[in-house]
Amino acid sequence: MSTRQRDDWWTVGKRLPLIDGPTKARGGAEYAGDLSLPRLLWGKILRSPHPHARLVHVDASRARRLPGVKAVITGKDIPRVIYGIVPKAADEYALAVDKVLYVGDEVAAVAAIDEERAEEALDKIEVEYEQLPAVFDPEDARAPGAPLIHQVPNNISFQVRKEFGDVINGFGQAEHVRQDRFVTQAQAHCPLEPHAVVASFDSASSRLTVWSAKQIPFFLRKILAKTLQLPEAKVRVIKPHLGGGFGGKVDMFSLDFCAAELSRRTGRPVKIVYTREESLTTTRHRHPMVVEVKTGVKRDGTLLAQHYRVVADGGAYNSTAPVMLSLAAFFVMLPYRVPNLLLEGYHIYTNKPAGGPMRGHGVPQMRFAFESQMDMIAEDLGLDPVEIRLINAIKEGEEHPAKLTIRTCGFSESIGKAARALSWQEQRKRNVKNRGVGLGCSGFFCGVNNLRHLGSGAVVKIEEDGAVTLLTGAADVGQGSNTVLAQIAAEELGVYLDDVRLTAADTELTPLDPGTFGSGVTFRAGNAVRLAAKSAKKKILEQAAAELEASPDDLLFREGRIFVKGSPERGLTLGEAVKVCRYAGKPTPIIGRGFYHPPAKEAYTLLTELGDISAAYSFSTQGAEVEVEPETGMVKVLKLVSVHDGGTLINPLLVEGQLDGSMVMGMGQALGETFIWERGQALNPNLLDYRMATSMDIPTLDVVDMDIYDSEGPFGAKEVGEGTTVGIAPAIANAIYHATGVRITQLPITREGFLKSLEKKEV
Amino acid sequence: MKKLIELNVNSEIYEVAIDPHRSLLEVLRETIGLTGSKEGCGLGACGACTVLIDGDPALACLTLADRCVGHEILTIEGLAKPDALHPIQKAAVKFGAIQCGYCTPGWIMSSYSLLARNPKPTRDDIVRGIAGNLCRCTGYVKIIEAIDEAAKEMSASG
Repeated sequence: MSTRQRDDWWTVGKRLPLIDGPTKARGGAEYAGDLSLPRLLWGKILRSPHPHARLVHVDASRARRLPGVKAVITGKDIPRVIYGIVPKAADEYALAVDKVLYVGDEVAAVAAIDEERAEEALDKIEVEYEQLPAVFDPEDARAPGAPLIHQVPNNISFQVRKEFGDVINGFGQAEHVRQDRFVTQAQAHCPLEPHAVVASFDSASSRLTVWSAKQIPFFLRKILAKTLQLPEAKVRVIKPHLGGGFGGKVDMFSLDFCAAELSRRTGRPVKIVYTREESLTTTRHRHPMVVEVKTGVKRDGTLLAQHYRVVADGGAYNSTAPVMLSLAAFFVMLPYRVPNLLLEGYHIYTNKPAGGPMRGHGVPQMRFAFESQMDMIAEDLGLDPVEIRLINAIKEGEEHPAKLTIRTCGFSESIGKAARALSWQEQRKRNVKNRGVGLGCSGFFCGVNNLRHLGSGAVVKIEEDGAVTLLTGAADVGQGSNTVLAQIAAEELGVYLDDVRLTAADTELTPLDPGTFGSGVTFRAGNAVRLAAKSAKKKILEQAAAELEASPDDLLFREGRIFVKGSPERGLTLGEAVKVCRYAGKPTPIIGRGFYHPPAKEAYTLLTELGDISAAYSFSTQGAEVEVEPETGMVKVLKLVSVHDGGTLINPLLVEGQLDGSMVMGMGQALGETFIWERGQALNPNLLDYRMATSMDIPTLDVVDMDIYDSEGPFGAKEVGEGTTVGIAPAIANAIYHATGVRITQLPITREGFLKSLEKKEV
Repeated sequence: MKKLIELNVNSEIYEVAIDPHRSLLEVLRETIGLTGSKEGCGLGACGACTVLIDGDPALACLTLADRCVGHEILTIEGLAKPDALHPIQKAAVKFGAIQCGYCTPGWIMSSYSLLARNPKPTRDDIVRGIAGNLCRCTGYVKIIEAIDEAAKEMSASG
């Protein structure tokens, strides 16, 4: 890609504000909880107070008799269909059938004329529980004789094994081997918008319409239809504005099914909005993990072999368990060259809320472990952390030991730039007491390509008014994908961004899209939009050329016009061109269709075979500068650095927003965000006691430019939404070690815990 | 027993019949239909419901609507003119200070009040001015930049 071509770009690569920014700024954006319909009912859900219990008897008769209550449903009143976002891991009911498995598990739901009456009705439902022994720690859960949560041996719900090279031989050749153990915690997504849904079942047509705060409208349609035993064609899911997701709105939850079922029973629309406590304790969080990693290296620091043993605390349900473990496996294979690797991963049921996808999805835990160990190995060998990373960094075009295609890779460059941004050499040399700098690195993917159904479609319509209508199934979760996709359409068709009208994420109007996860939206949906725009352009081109008496090759699309290169006066507006097509007997409006699916292998075969999990990979280095207060154990992060090879930045302003947010979320993972659970009950289920960063906690955030073009991505783009979250916690931990000599092996780094470690070191 | 009250919201008088224990946030959103103020936590921890009462920021989820009779309430919907965003809103859009938009009304109201009291805030004043408004998307940096820019623009235009 020459710079000249990039200079020709019209909207791509520009710092353009969100197309829905003014609406959001005015308070006019409507989120699921803002929606209202005539005769709307409020729904509420009754939850288990016990971590593990048999449902002996549920009596809802008193609740049903309460004035204003329109329907009450229990596990017996809703189709008994097991669901799950990953079909082979399905293990949940919309409402509990025989047992409840964690504090908060759903037992019954009511619909009433207002929220208060719905709450009152919950109090009138009588539930008799027979408490069962519960288990909260994955190691206890695996022990012989532990109570079984689902009927799987040792509560091991999933295990994966990924191996390549010759691990035994690799360790045999190693000149230095170390084995370390790292522990990570549960982290909550905390989007500011709690989970919410409005469901409206039209009895006359037997059609269900659902407005849901969800990252995956098409999956919701499919699973709602299956679970409620409705034809998929009778279910429509619309995603309104979404108030943040970070993976927490990928999964289906009880509210989606209950609102729909309550609406079906009452013939009235039903709204359910989770309280913050429900959002925090009955949806998902980042899996707590224990990661044991053994690494063998040559004396010069070259990695030879690694053996990971990973135990994830799954909580009561699978959610994305097999995907999460697979991703954990795949992203220890990037960004370094590890010729021989074995990973054994286990997902264990416990009587706690379930873990699930969260920004980085299984990867931040793994990289915290190895990026920390990398620094430990460097110290053992007398190497600099930058040096050992550069020695092992994978390079563009290099053959990957697990046969990943490293088409573009700015990794080494990112290490160097991050070190420079931290004034690495001076800081490491100066060795100021209680001040330190550290690095963490990451490789990530641009949408998973190992599932055949994960393709994106797009439709571009050009009408006689000259405007372009873009239909995309992609779900903007607040990151700005609508803006980016509109930019791509505008670029390809040479129209102003303002002339692109966009309808997105409505399963009845927009083409199939798997949704927002796995950092695939820009890459996958962006390619689809570009293909759709190209197809529309092609349809218009021939007629326009005939009208302008020019060769199609000589025509340029720019400023909403089609004109002859070099003679801009010889041209048509896009609207005029559509009319020319119509007068020539061609069907209008002009419609272009695009569908993008990266080269695919079937699900999970990649655990036993070699090959790509994604069509492209991003690479990044994160840096941290910290100051430690030895008297109090307080760690003050002074600066965070992100150097991210995300390919072409379609919109640098929005990319910075992703990277800033990722850095701060990673800092939260490092420095204090956690759930305090006692017998499976969260003791801090609110935003006062679950502490996320405020404006007062923000260090200098330094986003350093990279310039990479990946030929498979739309206009060369790769991933930017998740990868940077991954290396922040180890960068901070490594900086703390540099500052104090205390090695952090457990997250989060709490003041009291860290103070104890400091005192131990002094003694 | 419902009570009939008059509320002055964005310089318009709304006559509403409410249960006296209703929060201002519930009445704004459900009775009056102004849904720009958001509920993020329901206990005053996140600031998404921030409105101004007689110019001072207040958490609408913790304020009884009945106690607002006789006071001037300003919500996010009252800030822009039909054809022009308020300078804070304009800067919020331009500087990428908005992502999902759910916390946006809250911090815009907090900063509006800040700039009314302190037209030339330091960076630290801004940081403190929005310390009660949680945001999970942006990492706050672009929000701080936007408020700073708006302050400069408002000072310049008097």
